[in-house]
Amino acid sequence: MTAAPFVHLDGVTKTYAGITALDDVGFAIAAGEAVCLAGENGSGKSTLIKILAGVERPDRGRISIGGQLQGQLDPRVSAAAGIMVIFQDFSIFPNLSVAENIAFSNSLARHDRLFHRTRVRALAAETLARVGVEIDLDAPVETLSVAHKQLVAICRALASDARLIIMDEPTTALTEREVRALLAIIRRLKADGVAVLFVSHKLAEVLEVCEKVVVLRNGRKVAEGPAAEFDAASLTRHMTGRDVAETPPDPVDPAAPVLMKVRGLAKQGAFEAVDFDLRAGEVLGVSGLLGSGRTSLAKALFGLVLPDAGRLELAGQKVPLGDPLKAAAAGIGYVPEDRLTEGLFLTQSIARNVAIGRLEAHGASGILDFAGLWGDATDWLRRLSVKAPDVEAPVRSLSGGNQQRVVLARWLSRSPKVLVLNGPSVGVDVGSKADIHGIIRGLSAQGLGVIVISDDLPELLATCHRILVMKDGRVTEDIAGGTVTEADLAHRLAS
Amino acid sequence: MPRIDFTRNETLVGLVIVAFCLIATISDPSFLSMPTLTDLLRGGIVLGIFAVAALLVLISGGIDVSFTAVAAFTMYSTAMLLNTYAPGVPWWGAFLLAMAIGAGLGAINGLFIAGFGLPTLIVTLGTLSVFRGFMLTFIGQKQITTLPPGMREFGRMMIIRGENADGSFYSLHAAFLVTVAVVILTWAILHRTMLGRSIFAIGGSVESARRIGINVRGTQFFVYVYVGMLAGLAGVIHASMARVANPFDLVGLELSVIAAVVLGGARLAGGYGTLTGTLLGVALIVLVRNSLVVLGIPSTWQSVAVGILILIGTGLPAWQAKRAAARAA
Repeated sequence: MTAAPFVHLDGVTKTYAGITALDDVGFAIAAGEAVCLAGENGSGKSTLIKILAGVERPDRGRISIGGQLQGQLDPRVSAAAGIMVIFQDFSIFPNLSVAENIAFSNSLARHDRLFHRTRVRALAAETLARVGVEIDLDAPVETLSVAHKQLVAICRALASDARLIIMDEPTTALTEREVRALLAIIRRLKADGVAVLFVSHKLAEVLEVCEKVVVLRNGRKVAEGPAAEFDAASLTRHMTGRDVAETPPDPVDPAAPVLMKVRGLAKQGAFEAVDFDLRAGEVLGVSGLLGSGRTSLAKALFGLVLPDAGRLELAGQKVPLGDPLKAAAAGIGYVPEDRLTEGLFLTQSIARNVAIGRLEAHGASGILDFAGLWGDATDWLRRLSVKAPDVEAPVRSLSGGNQQRVVLARWLSRSPKVLVLNGPSVGVDVGSKADIHGIIRGLSAQGLGVIVISDDLPELLATCHRILVMKDGRVTEDIAGGTVTEADLAHRLAS
Repeated sequence: MPRIDFTRNETLVGLVIVAFCLIATISDPSFLSMPTLTDLLRGGIVLGIFAVAALLVLISGGIDVSFTAVAAFTMYSTAMLLNTYAPGVPWWGAFLLAMAIGAGLGAINGLFIAGFGLPTLIVTLGTLSVFRGFMLTFIGQKQITTLPPGMREFGRMMIIRGENADGSFYSLHAAFLVTVAVVILTWAILHRTMLGRSIFAIGGSVESARRIGINVRGTQFFVYVYVGMLAGLAGVIHASMARVANPFDLVGLELSVIAAVVLGGARLAGGYGTLTGTLLGVALIVLVRNSLVVLGIPSTWQSVAVGILILIGTGLPAWQAKRAAARAA
């Protein structure tokens, strides 16, 4: 790479109320180059994005764009220079059409007063063609899949003459196949001279399209180098500052009793003829591409989806289907994929979020025993080492990893027999992920049956004794853990 | 031929209107006549302007319950000001004055909502009370039965006149054209200007709108000023047509108007709504109000009927959407 850098950062430092968020960080991004900015939550990634977007001003340091030293960046200057940020929620308008979403910023930048429908459609069509994707221009964005929404956000940046696209956690909501499609698009953009900055804590996936990796830890740049010199393990080591080795779990006791028995579970259009046994102390993985029926199956096990046929037994007792309360009473716990909307009361306190699972145990007389309830809740939070300043703080103030522990604490306080975890480490940073895997291992050692639904292959390999592969609603393979490699598993999923 | 989309509120409301007219015609063949039509159109003049105003606020993601108070305040103060200071002002002068007063009151809503970022329902509930109380306390409580000459002149303007077979008269008031003009102007703003698209965008996601550089405050301020202006216009038309400015009129209508707009497919959460749907919603509510008597149903049942329509008309598509979502999951 001999090209002059498009963006050059030098000695950028930013403190918030005495806490150093960024400390003397410097690196460069060339035109047409893809750079990975890796770091755990709280490493300063978000601050760096905000500084590049012009939302925050650094205390010290120099930023030049296109060879020109910038005085004070503000959002307008950044946007005019072609720096576009695609936030995790994509910042698109669900009620407007694809075409309008793509062209909106462009129209604003031109200071249009009137709405030119034909020009908007032409620009949108041209931009979609540039990334090589076909999406119905008139479809309302709310009807699109997550991957297509992301594409609309990318196209909007391109339509505003983006020269550097910053993508915040671009792959968290995507399946493996969608990630590959995204990478193909990134390659096209790079060939077009557009630079890309990936900001993520789940970077192994995007590493192959990147030229360079920059790792932040606690606000400092701890590593920088060509992407070829990094792999998932070394990235993790730099990000966490420690080795997070993941080893397959110890084998299950073959004499362990069967805890959960599923026979002939079927739901039209979702899954069919699902049979499996789960032993005490066993961790069973269920994987499959999006649309394979894995999520519906997970929900059916907890009564959130009513199957058309089949039987579910727990420790020899039949569990009524389609009734979450009865499933919970029988001893099944379910941790949803989207803990923010399905699993937690975000604005309520941490203690309340745990305590809600135990109301009946402490309210036998009709009046709640608050002291007992709170004692119970704080005890579990401590056992799962939830890092919180105060159990009265709202759950929203916690990091992803700690939020997930709160959900786990709620279920564990009910002492379930089987725990169904749907995407246990989605949106959780690497360090916390290893901790959650440790928790899963600990639970299985105590004789709990755990079902892990995930498309994170290393996670499945690290936690599961057995992995069921689902395809088009059927369980197509039953693989013993430790007998496959990641590449092998990926191949079996996709084939 | 586009396919009929039965999941849209517009279709549903349209079908209910057709069914209603069929039943009314069967029970009373004289229902299908010019006088019925002009009655309905006349009933929709003020309600229509209100509904367009309410639609705009709903699309922007807010809710305004104060527009009836703005209308009452404006109509009463306009009549009083003109009678006292400028009786010679023509009807269009009265309109301009009313629109200016309405816009001023709307700007107060806009100041609190766009300027201080307060919740729209709370602000407009407050101003509803304040505008009304201010008018009754400081301006007056007595009906103004002698309107200024300009407004009286407008009150007599008709565009269609006719005589029925039985010798009674029917007519369509010229104010109908004002409603048509308001609809066309609002359509143009919503669909042909970036301002209108920004209103939709803000209703879709305020945060996203801010991030891509839409002037959120300015757009919201415009919405409330425009709505105030329309409310003022509706107020002065109401008084001219009734030939009296009664300060106790209009307030209380706001929820029916919002209901009509929601019936037509606008979402309370913002970002969605069409003028076609809104006008159909208004038509249905006016139809029910005017015609239940024809069907032999006591007029006290009106509000029950309107309520049931709202429950079914907005509940059915919501229930369908929920089922579709459940199937997709």
